[in-house]
Amino acid sequence: MPLTQKIFALVVSVLILIVIVELVRRRRLREEYSFLWIITGITLIILSLWYRLLVFITHAIGAVLPTSTLFLFGLLFLVMISLHFSVKISKLTDQLKDVAQEVAILKASLDDRK
Amino acid sequence: MNDKMTDSDKKLCIIIPAYNEEQNIAGVIKSVRNALPDGTIVVVNDGSKDKTAETAISHGATVLSLPVNVGYGAALQTGFKYSLKKRFQFSLIMDADGQHIAEEAHKVLIPVMQGIADLAVGSRYSGDNVYRGSMIRMLGSLIFSKLASWSLGFKVTDPTSGFQAMNRRTVEFFCSPVYPSDFPDADILIATKRAGLKIAEVPVKMLPPAGGKSMHSGLKPFYYIFKMFFSIFVTFLRKDTAN
Repeated sequence: MPLTQKIFALVVSVLILIVIVELVRRRRLREEYSFLWIITGITLIILSLWYRLLVFITHAIGAVLPTSTLFLFGLLFLVMISLHFSVKISKLTDQLKDVAQEVAILKASLDDRK
Repeated sequence: MNDKMTDSDKKLCIIIPAYNEEQNIAGVIKSVRNALPDGTIVVVNDGSKDKTAETAISHGATVLSLPVNVGYGAALQTGFKYSLKKRFQFSLIMDADGQHIAEEAHKVLIPVMQGIADLAVGSRYSGDNVYRGSMIRMLGSLIFSKLASWSLGFKVTDPTSGFQAMNRRTVEFFCSPVYPSDFPDADILIATKRAGLKIAEVPVKMLPPAGGKSMHSGLKPFYYIFKMFFSIFVTFLRKDTAN
């Protein structure tokens, strides 16, 4: 892996990590959601520094180019994160439903008392 | 029979979920009041953008207004939760678009009030009733009634019917997270049966919807068909249906 490529990959990964940590620090991102993102950032750093690991994984999964391994894992992480969000949204929808039902019933009983 | 009906009517909660039904809701409330004078009419306003809630209130119904649109099933469940909280003995659900005839309600109520069934579903297809719905609706109903009949072990001709009567035990079951938010149909019948509750199907007359937008328009039938197959399939995979 050429040095410029290595430096570029490292800079991008570190920037991603800094943004995540900063978002958590400012309470714009909750810790529970930051978990997958931090793992993504750290994996990117490891893979860009440890080229032989990347080559090893490339051979292990039968890929031809180390770059396709990187893209594959990038995609897998995105899929996992989207799935994670779908699960969260389903849960939020259920909670919203329960809250809305509760509000409707409480409002009706308040109107009864007027 | 009539004595028994009046006696039990006091404990009857009539749940009418409504979404943008200001045109039909007044007529529905009036006909329900005529047919079941002792029942408590509860209109669940599912975040309507028109004057459904105001119209229902001015016609003397109890209105549960959901702050956001949560879907047909979740709106029904709001009514169930209310019915359970107020300790109604029996609940009746019917649509706000006028296709369910209030005078037919006693047909679904009788098996539940007599203790023959925990849940009675009014069917527009069984018996000698003539009902003409859209092609896709008829076809969808046919497929799912076959599927539901097969999985329930008895004949169900109209699993998509929203004209149902039930006792408190069933209402309690329907208040659990098991109840679907969007379209409660054959899947919930299967779950109900698996929870050990008795289901009966009763032939009733129905009218085509008077107005408003059909739930089964545009691309929705395709999603609906997918959802039905998938939720029936998943219902069988779940072990905790009773919880």
